[in-house]
Amino acid sequence: MSASRRKFLKLAGLTALGWSVCPSILRASTSEVIGDRAEGKALHAKRWAMAVDTHALNEKIMQKCVNICHKIHNVPEFDSEEEIKWIWAAPFEHLFPGQMHSRLMEVPEEKTLSLCNHCNNPPCVRVCPTKATFQREDGIVMMDFHRCIGCRYCMAACPYGSRSFNFSDPRKHLKEPTPDFPTRTKGVVEKCEFCAERLTEGKQPACVEVSEGALLFGDLEDPHSDVSKALEERYSIRRKPELGTEPCVYYLI
Amino acid sequence: MLEKAVKGNGLYWGWLGLLLVIMGVGAGCYLVQLNQGLTITGMSRDVSWGFYIAQFTFLVGVAASAVMMVIPKYLHHYKGFARVLILGEFLAIASVAMCLMFIVVDLGQPQRLFNVLLHPTPNSILFWDMVVLNGYLLINLLVGWVTLQAERKEVPPPNWIKFFIYLSIPWAISIHTVTAFLYCGLPGRGYWLTAIMAPKFLAGAFASGPALLILLIFVIKMVSKWNPDPTGEAVQSLAKIVTYCTILLLFFIALEVFTVGYSQIPSHSAHLKYLFFGLHGKGVYTAWMWVSMIFMLGASIVLLFPGNRRSDNILAFSCLLIFIGTWIDKGLGMIAGGFTPSPLETITEYIPTKMELLISLGVYAAGFFLLTVLYKVAVGVKREVDA
Repeated sequence: MSASRRKFLKLAGLTALGWSVCPSILRASTSEVIGDRAEGKALHAKRWAMAVDTHALNEKIMQKCVNICHKIHNVPEFDSEEEIKWIWAAPFEHLFPGQMHSRLMEVPEEKTLSLCNHCNNPPCVRVCPTKATFQREDGIVMMDFHRCIGCRYCMAACPYGSRSFNFSDPRKHLKEPTPDFPTRTKGVVEKCEFCAERLTEGKQPACVEVSEGALLFGDLEDPHSDVSKALEERYSIRRKPELGTEPCVYYLI
Repeated sequence: MLEKAVKGNGLYWGWLGLLLVIMGVGAGCYLVQLNQGLTITGMSRDVSWGFYIAQFTFLVGVAASAVMMVIPKYLHHYKGFARVLILGEFLAIASVAMCLMFIVVDLGQPQRLFNVLLHPTPNSILFWDMVVLNGYLLINLLVGWVTLQAERKEVPPPNWIKFFIYLSIPWAISIHTVTAFLYCGLPGRGYWLTAIMAPKFLAGAFASGPALLILLIFVIKMVSKWNPDPTGEAVQSLAKIVTYCTILLLFFIALEVFTVGYSQIPSHSAHLKYLFFGLHGKGVYTAWMWVSMIFMLGASIVLLFPGNRRSDNILAFSCLLIFIGTWIDKGLGMIAGGFTPSPLETITEYIPTKMELLISLGVYAAGFFLLTVLYKVAVGVKREVDA
């Protein structure tokens, strides 16, 4: 008994020593595990981008996109000005202020989808005082819900209104939580993450999957990707290009 | 010197007691906010900063205004401010303390506050604001305490403190400049995207801070046996600063109005239109904004006449108007106006809730508690030296 306890203590001590000398060992091993699991399956890109085919979208498809996104990401439902939304339908005149006029073929009041633009030069990342919002190598602008202090500077910085804040406990506003995705706590900011968790499983973003081809997703740097081909063939615009944020969500007109 | 703060008359203890009660109410409301989240405020997805951040911004100005006495006193050896300078420095300490409290009560996850230090992010202006505000607090505590202690011992202040006194001058400018940078560096917020934001902030600061200080000097004259300004020279000099800085602020506001009004770029002019005239039938701030302009314009015209400045009553009343006017401009309109209309050109109006106002009142009470204690110490020491 005492011998086994001594053995255990020795082992524990050595382990602790090992970690304290080289803490990266622990991290390296876990990332290897994740890497193994996703090996071969995960989707990779130099620069993820989305193209929204505004002609192909209709009310029904948009509603499907919103529903699936909010369902799998545990986005709570609020019927107030404190609402949380990752993707939503909004009129052209709101998404492209100053670019609409009454003689356009598309009526400015008509709606299309709005989501985080995953800007190449994201102001939200620039202003975050804790790096709780950060940009990955492949361009996706991510949130660390556990580091966010809830200062909401990113919401002031985002020129697209893409960010939402949990003014109250979101868990109370979830009808059926999805166990595969974390729920959030009150007092943190959240937004669309281009389904980064699905990309590691080799899946397209959920909204793209249900969009009946109206949303295209792929590598902007790969000339053969759906996005690149669509952008080559059709005229596209981006939201507020004059601000220099370089959005990676394109709207096919 | 702190022992001066534990001896006082009924008025002193009664005032501190009243502030404690208000602090208690504010703390109670804050507990509710901690429990329920920021949903108890009037803020929304579109107007994601509100009364707290506006008060923080306004008070940074009050804190910075101490520099308007430090410069004449230490760079130009102007003796007029010698007696009252400590009041300005202590006002700066109380104001910065309130600023920090307002930031904390605005956070969604205040217990994670130290993430700002754990993961320092120099590209965030908020990081720099934390650095300059805490630095300014420390500098003023050090300078105020050391100079007052030297005065008590009737010896000249040590030479090394000069470094911190001179440092406090650019530092004071920096706190309000960095605070302006919080806003004016954001793309897509037309009302804030203006290079004149920092100078406008500073002009407003040097109007509101000294105006408050004049009122505080009058209060000290009334409630204590020490006269901070027997010759009236300090108050007269402060009154001139208030007058010219108010006019400067109005001039800067006029420059803004011209730029957005004449260029007629909607994303820039919509905010001013919303604030002063309302947009699409919504405009809770229109009356406030006009009152602010009329107060500041009226009071600064009155104060331009030296005779009016020399009348204590007219001066005090004008300072009150200017303080209220600058408070409305920066502590109310600046934030709400910047968020309305939203980047999607929708209009969500922001009206602070009672809970939000009570928490804010609690923070103000805590600041004035600190200010009262500091002033008690200062007045006690000064009386001792005078006697």
